[in-house]
Amino acid sequence: MQIVVDLNRCQAYAQCVFLAPEDFRLSGDEALTYEPNPDDARRLQIQRAAAACPVQAIVIDRLDGAERSVTS
Amino acid sequence: MTLPATVAELVRDFRANGRIVIVGASLAGLRAAEALRDEGFTGSLTIIGDEPHEPYDRPPLSKQVLKGWVPADHTQLPRLRAVDAQWRLGVAATGLDRATRQVRLADGEHIPYDRLLIATGTRARQWPNPTEAALEGVYTLRSRDDAARLQQALAARPSRVLIIGAGFIGSEMASVCRELDIPVTVAERGSAPLVGALGGVIGKIAAEMQRDHGVDLRCGVGVSSLEGDASGHVRRARLSDGTTIEADVVVASLGSIRNVEWLEGSGLAAGFWGIGCDAGGRAFDINGVVTDTVYVAGDVARQPHVLYEYQFLAMEHWDNAVLGAEVAAHNMVNLDPDYYPYLLLPSFWSGQFGVNIKSVGVPPFGDEIVFTQGSVKERRFAAAYGRRGRIVAAVTFNNGKWLEHYARLIEQSAPFPPPPPGWDQPEDMNPMPAEFPAPGVPTAIPDVVLTGHDPSERRAEFRPRRR
Ligand SMILES: Cc1cc2nc3c(=O)[nH]c(=O)nc-3n(C[C@H](O)[C@H](O)[C@H](O)COP(=O)(O)OP(=O)(O)OC[C@H]3O[C@@H](n4cnc5c(N)ncnc54)[C@H](O)[C@@H]3O)c2cc1C
Ligand code: SF4
Repeated sequence: MQIVVDLNRCQAYAQCVFLAPEDFRLSGDEALTYEPNPDDARRLQIQRAAAACPVQAIVIDRLDGAERSVTS
Repeated sequence: MTLPATVAELVRDFRANGRIVIVGASLAGLRAAEALRDEGFTGSLTIIGDEPHEPYDRPPLSKQVLKGWVPADHTQLPRLRAVDAQWRLGVAATGLDRATRQVRLADGEHIPYDRLLIATGTRARQWPNPTEAALEGVYTLRSRDDAARLQQALAARPSRVLIIGAGFIGSEMASVCRELDIPVTVAERGSAPLVGALGGVIGKIAAEMQRDHGVDLRCGVGVSSLEGDASGHVRRARLSDGTTIEADVVVASLGSIRNVEWLEGSGLAAGFWGIGCDAGGRAFDINGVVTDTVYVAGDVARQPHVLYEYQFLAMEHWDNAVLGAEVAAHNMVNLDPDYYPYLLLPSFWSGQFGVNIKSVGVPPFGDEIVFTQGSVKERRFAAAYGRRGRIVAAVTFNNGKWLEHYARLIEQSAPFPPPPPGWDQPEDMNPMPAEFPAPGVPTAIPDVVLTGHDPSERRAEFRPRRR
């Protein structure tokens, strides 16, 4: 699955880091880095992280694999 | 039919049967395509991109990708919806004929349009000496493929990396080198890192930050030449102060060049700083007349901004591509009086040396700076930029939560210096000169630039008045 975090919006509340530590990390106190292509097996975790983000900065792909091919 | 009814009919017909072509298949291009469909456009949509890849996100490239945590091909952008477009990837647009409304492709094909969106962004400025630039081990960073190559070079643990240019991307790369414990030298012609974007006061803090992390930072020097070994691999750089640096990876981080060459002869206001457009994204022609069919968004656009005396702003920022694309898309499928203006307060983030640097507004528009919150020593602070008694921008180091507060003040053109917060006050709260380099002083070009009031960089040709 593909995600992107709007880091202008992110305020480093770190909810995502607690909920999906494999895919979200803080570098220092406040600089969030993340895996833009988390393993599909962790979809639920990622969805929970996105839902918990207080500023809704995490954007998750809304298409599944077939639809996102460059012909659609 | 009444006039409003006729206009509504025109809009309906265009949304159903129009042909829209987007050139540039990256952040702005993709978000515009999605926004067009959201706006109810059901006509034909073609997206042309010269890179072979689906749209991907660039900011991770100089951060988690370079570090080796995230592979370069993991950076595809999430899709917000299906766009039902014809994708022409791996082929460049090479010309625009506005008279016949056609985009010319490198493979000879012509693609007709009714409305065109130009989102061709920028590319990395290459090391100016082509022979030296061709040495193995010399890199630039703009694309996903660049990042993959450079990451491999870092993974091979070079003895030293030389980064030429200490703008945001150069500084982020230096940070990654130190995180990987690779010796790194940064050469910057200006007086400090980030000086073009944030001024000398903040630049000094950025310089200390680099040195504290073990970066061999050389400011006020240029690199005069690169030298290779017998096998054509770069080994050494000569600096303008006569010193040499042994390095087997060199990254030229010299800023970017707008991708406008393909518009040569199109009559659009395209130049060094991009394509001039109005606040609704409609492109100007070279005589300053706004077009109805050609729109611009993202890094390649320059448009007037209400908060900065309507100067044309050129911005190489992620959110400028997203919002610019949404506004242009809306206006492409609407008519007056339903146009949206583009009212974005520029904002930016950069992660380096464990510090989250964020800014809002246009710092170089200001000439004074004042620390307003936190502690410079702890590298956790906020500072505001002012001009003629008004706040025009702000920057935070590990204090991003406060940025919104400053954004509101900037939107209102609130007084500068802003009223001090009740707590967490810095020791020195006196405004001081922000120390931006004088125009023309060589330094890395900042990524927000006020480019003046002229819609076109070419002088207009005046027609003789008819008698
Ligand atoms: C390494 C790096 C780190 C960054 N970090 C940050 C950050 O931390 N924060 C931030 O706010 N911004 C950051 N940015 C800037 C941000 O990525 C850009 O603002 C954004 O990519 C602009 O999107 P765009 O679609 O306008 O242009 P681009 O992403 O440049 O896309 C333009 C596309 O058009 C294609 N193209 C060009 N000419 C033609 C042609 N003739 N025919 C067909 N296709 C063509 C190009 O190949 C490219 O794919 C970073 C950029 C880089 C490179
Ligand atoms: S939860 Fe949201 S705001 Fe907090 S760190 Fe994650 S993305 Fe940023």
